Amino acid sequence: MSEIIAFVAQTIRIAIPYLFAASGGVIAERAGVVSLTLEGFMLTGAFAATLGSYYSGSPWIGVLCGIGGGLLFGLIHAVASIRYRADQIVTGIAINLLAVGLTRFFLLMAFDSSSNSPRVAGFGVTGDGGALTGALLRNPLVWLGLLGIPVVAWLVHYTPFGLRVRAVGEHPAAAETLGVPVRRVRYFAVALSGILAGLGGVYLALDQHQFTDSMTAGRGFIALAAIIFGRWEPVRAGIACLLFAAAETLQIQLQGMQGIPSQFVQMIPYVLTIVAVGGFVARSTPPAALGKVDA
Amino acid sequence: MTTIGARQRVEEALLPPLVALLVALVVGDILILLVGQSPGAVYRLMLSGTWGNWYGFGQVLYKATTLLCTGLAVALALRAGLFNIGGEGQLAAGGFAAAVMGLVLPAGTPGIVAIPLCIGAALAAGGLVGAVPGVMKARFGAHEVIVTIMLNFIVLALLNWIVASHLHVPETLHTPAMRAGTLSRLMDWISPFHGSAANTSLLIAIAAAVVVGWMLFRTRAGYELRAAGLQPDAAEYGGVRVGRVWIKAFVISGALAGLGGINYTLGYKHYYEEGFSGGAGFLGIAVALVGRNHPLGVVIAAFLFATLSQGGLAIHALVPKQMVEVLQGVVILAVAAAVPEVRRLVQGVRAGAAR
Repeated sequence: MSEIIAFVAQTIRIAIPYLFAASGGVIAERAGVVSLTLEGFMLTGAFAATLGSYYSGSPWIGVLCGIGGGLLFGLIHAVASIRYRADQIVTGIAINLLAVGLTRFFLLMAFDSSSNSPRVAGFGVTGDGGALTGALLRNPLVWLGLLGIPVVAWLVHYTPFGLRVRAVGEHPAAAETLGVPVRRVRYFAVALSGILAGLGGVYLALDQHQFTDSMTAGRGFIALAAIIFGRWEPVRAGIACLLFAAAETLQIQLQGMQGIPSQFVQMIPYVLTIVAVGGFVARSTPPAALGKVDA
Repeated sequence: MTTIGARQRVEEALLPPLVALLVALVVGDILILLVGQSPGAVYRLMLSGTWGNWYGFGQVLYKATTLLCTGLAVALALRAGLFNIGGEGQLAAGGFAAAVMGLVLPAGTPGIVAIPLCIGAALAAGGLVGAVPGVMKARFGAHEVIVTIMLNFIVLALLNWIVASHLHVPETLHTPAMRAGTLSRLMDWISPFHGSAANTSLLIAIAAAVVVGWMLFRTRAGYELRAAGLQPDAAEYGGVRVGRVWIKAFVISGALAGLGGINYTLGYKHYYEEGFSGGAGFLGIAVALVGRNHPLGVVIAAFLFATLSQGGLAIHALVPKQMVEVLQGVVILAVAAAVPEVRRLVQGVRAGAAR
């Protein structure tokens, strides 16, 4: 029994950053804006949270700063790709490079280190089994992260805003004719994706009580993989996040035994995504206007 | 008409690098002032540390070699209307295959046999990795951006596993040294280059640029490739098998990125090491963008980014070298966002003047 609880706890711990980033990415992608940027949003969120927590001593200020960091990068992406109609794939890659560069630069400026920040106030307590479960239950970001997907699913499917997001992502010209402010909806969607993915980074940094160089380590791309594997449906994307996290947990717990090499477990999300976009499982149709420059 | 056409073409070609340089200077100034240094001194140091001495220049040549290959890879694919962001994995696969080929060949194999075999292995491995998104797109309609991103992670994980479990020298992350097929360094020919990693891969990369230019603009295959990129439906109607062109373009693109791997393995270290690609695959996108997908532009842009990257090391005493990483991101963003805007402005002014 305790093993099952430990397994679930570890899975949730790994899944939270994915859930945050995927819930944000789903909104932006449904509004027609490509989310290659999730990795960069997360990294900025993590760094801003560390700065905030370090200088204030309060993890909550860290959360606010992380939200601000994610929002700032979301807005940069929005301005470049919506206002200036830049190619979203190119700006996405630029945003990710920029996030790595800026966090390294300011890590050096603020903490005089090229690898990590000092320990800051956070939410996580390191430990295994019961201790881990307790720490998880006491971490407000865990609850927020678990709520992210249901809230986004409700937002996308049951609110006027969600209807507009979907309209703008499927057929912006038609939406425009009906009086939907296409650009404003997209701005809002991308800003929201910045905040949510940023929170994923905040969770990482505050869980580990520090920022380390490039600490997101591809998690933004795993979240993107989950979105695509979930065929752009929030709930399915959330399930994909949990699935990917469970595979990682399994790999960690089986490490002692001679089993599958860890590199193969790392590949699972990516292989599944390629299988999904190939349409081998079910027809995979992205939002029709995804990545289109003109609206 | 022809004179206006020529002037416009020059403007088109110069605009991206100029905008890039300008924006990089502004952001660079801000960062330098933030650190409390004088921009003038930093830029002087950056120039003297790259083009100002033989070692620095050699390092620029070395870094430009890899970027030239990955830049050509992205540019060629973009000409076919395809976005290859799998350069990172293709580059690593190419370097790995070249190193393994050099490892399995018997020691003492003459260079004239071994070098082409190693280069061929790099081309084949890169092309194989490139073929996956090409086939996935042509046969199953899978978006190449998604497939190439995911493939990067898969290829790198696979190579890491092979090296970690079968091929590494104990206590390291690299393969044993090659027994045959290594290229000579430029310092063997021109002694002032002493210590720099520049090697004859540079000449191979430049030859690749010439071949790509010839192929794109002088051959039927290149014409079909560009037609498929400009208007796939029209090309299909005109008798071009667009699906086949996509696959072909992706194979060549992957092979070009794979070729970049020889710079490190055949030319410099003589082994494959985990993580040697270090972002050069992604920077290839910036190189292609600034070079406007033209082989000559790509060569110039490769030198620009190589200078920036080596310049970062040169100024490290004054400003953290991470500044350069920021500038790389800024440059891409500026070229992607500002160039169309500036072009619209220029066109607006010109339209106004014509009236």
